[in-house]
Amino acid sequence: MTTVEAQTAQAQPAAEEEPEGIGELVRDRLRRFRAGEVGSLPVIVGLVAITIFFSLKDSTFLTATNFNNVIIQMAGMTTIAIGVVFVLLLGEIDLSIGYVSGVGGVTVALLQQPDTSYQIAGLLAILVAVAVGALIGAFQGSFVALLGVPSFVVTLAGLLAWQGGILQALGTQGVITIQDTTVSNVSNYYFSDRWGWGLAAGAGLLYTAAVLGGVVSRRRAGVRIKNGWLIALRVVLVAGICFFIVAVCNRGGGVPFAGVMIAVLLVFWTYIAKRTLFGRHVYAVGGNAEAARRAGINVKRIRIIVFMISSAMAALGGVVFAAQITSVDLSAGGGTILLDAISAAVIGGTSLFGGRGEIKNALLGAALISAIANGINTVQYSDAIKFIVTGAILLAAVTLDTVLRRRQAAAGR
Amino acid sequence: MADTDTPILELRGVSKAFGPVQALEEADFEVRPGEVMALVGDNGAGKSTLIKCVAGIYSIDSGEVLFEGRPVHIHGPKDAGRLGIEVVYQDLALCDNLDVVQNMYLGREVHDLLRRLKEAEMEHHTAKTLKSLSVTTIRSIRLAVASLSGGQRQSVAVARAVMWNSRVVILDEPTAALGVAQTRQVLDLVKRLATQGLSVVLVSHNLHDIFEVANRITVLRLGRNVGVYERAQTTQQKIVEAITAGVPTKVPSVAETAPA
Repeated sequence: MTTVEAQTAQAQPAAEEEPEGIGELVRDRLRRFRAGEVGSLPVIVGLVAITIFFSLKDSTFLTATNFNNVIIQMAGMTTIAIGVVFVLLLGEIDLSIGYVSGVGGVTVALLQQPDTSYQIAGLLAILVAVAVGALIGAFQGSFVALLGVPSFVVTLAGLLAWQGGILQALGTQGVITIQDTTVSNVSNYYFSDRWGWGLAAGAGLLYTAAVLGGVVSRRRAGVRIKNGWLIALRVVLVAGICFFIVAVCNRGGGVPFAGVMIAVLLVFWTYIAKRTLFGRHVYAVGGNAEAARRAGINVKRIRIIVFMISSAMAALGGVVFAAQITSVDLSAGGGTILLDAISAAVIGGTSLFGGRGEIKNALLGAALISAIANGINTVQYSDAIKFIVTGAILLAAVTLDTVLRRRQAAAGR
Repeated sequence: MADTDTPILELRGVSKAFGPVQALEEADFEVRPGEVMALVGDNGAGKSTLIKCVAGIYSIDSGEVLFEGRPVHIHGPKDAGRLGIEVVYQDLALCDNLDVVQNMYLGREVHDLLRRLKEAEMEHHTAKTLKSLSVTTIRSIRLAVASLSGGQRQSVAVARAVMWNSRVVILDEPTAALGVAQTRQVLDLVKRLATQGLSVVLVSHNLHDIFEVANRITVLRLGRNVGVYERAQTTQQKIVEAITAGVPTKVPSVAETAPA
């Protein structure tokens, strides 16, 4: 036996290294942190700092009513940003999302107009708008995936073209008001207190069931299970947070439907990204497209579907925006929608270089941007300050990502 | 190794041209079960072309490919995979952002009817495979591949290749980018593969490595086979001569005995 063989024989077997207890968990996190895997920590620290700052400046910032306001304000941005996370995971970009969201809003507005030959029910109109978004995504994604045109250019063309489409569709009217209650409820409905508690209980039960399911399948496969107390602690913590949020919302007038919607979207897309074959392949293509192709993954199909998700979510976000102001006008999809959504995904921790990021980044980033916007309105600073602060945070987030990538590469053992 | 063994993989008179460039010209090649066959040659000798023909990336212009004595046609990587031929390319084709388990199952993930991933099962089998290959230096198989060392990454790529009941594993320059200790790690792994009955084709420039692990050595020069040498009966000097100035042997059966 050579010396090296002796060394490897002494080394630990390649079994899984799960944190065994609280101490081990903390050490594991610290090790990952040093290796550049900081997770959501920077955003959460930022959120806490912003909350403290504005609540010191103005006592109306940290109130239940304002909490509900922020949820409504961030709903559209979060919805669009979830699609952006998928596109960024591939290492691509989608610049058309702003005006595609406008197309979504206009589609719904047109279809719900009373006394027209094409009027349809509110829910159906929303579904049609999302489908239109998916079609736009399939069209744009095909150029990227099949012809190899850079996504930056394809979606830049989309940005221009869909803006034109909106002007064309609204040309004669200029403004359409949303009269359908189903559509306007997306941003304006609040659940009763009792429903709110029911939702919290349901979410807690679902989470418990999911965790237990995971434990059972690991035991069946003969894989070691993490510390039972830690699992229980996490379940209690998640359920506690659900009830706390509902308690706050109820004091502010009830749980807003928009909040429940983004929670459902968040869980659904996280599930798709982390637990399904499709999601795994998205990460693989984003990490190393050539390796994915050689492994037999249909890279083109994955790319097209991701652009469909991006545009469909943008269209849904557009519906949320339209419902929020109960109308669409010629400026639908314009303004800072595009940049806010991309900033939200990036600030939340999604890498622009592809392969790294999670769906929850969309929520965290959108929460940060919305909290800043809301706070600056509350304390009556000018929009100038808002743009400058958001820009600075975006720069900080991208710089952090770039530095961490380098550190991760250097952390190879 | 008995001389009567049928080669598990055999190429007879294989030619491949890219436009005016004749990359392979009537090349012969074989590897027997449980043997480590080294494939050496100068830059442009046709090593890469040969393994890509076997892997199904290129189609051959003429000649024959036999698997266990039967003629086969390999038209794509999937055909090669079905026969049990796996190639570990120099770039390893790993996804840095995914962990060891996810890379081992890349493109062949275990899932149920609803296309949900069976994570626990994949983790279990990965741990088992790595253990059977005595790959013991990886601290956690749930660690992103980006944080592994070069030798560990190579081990993961090799383990992935052998996990799928493969019969022939082709390693393209597996030690080119590695330090001393990590090279040792990979060479030990190559030896273990052969002990487990797999056939290994080792493409390398490093004669020192080759003389340590290979049973036989095939030398390519200008797209032709210029000799097959038993490691025990040759020297590095002779191999270097063959690489730089070898004369192609016209009759394949002569190539077998040429060196001695």
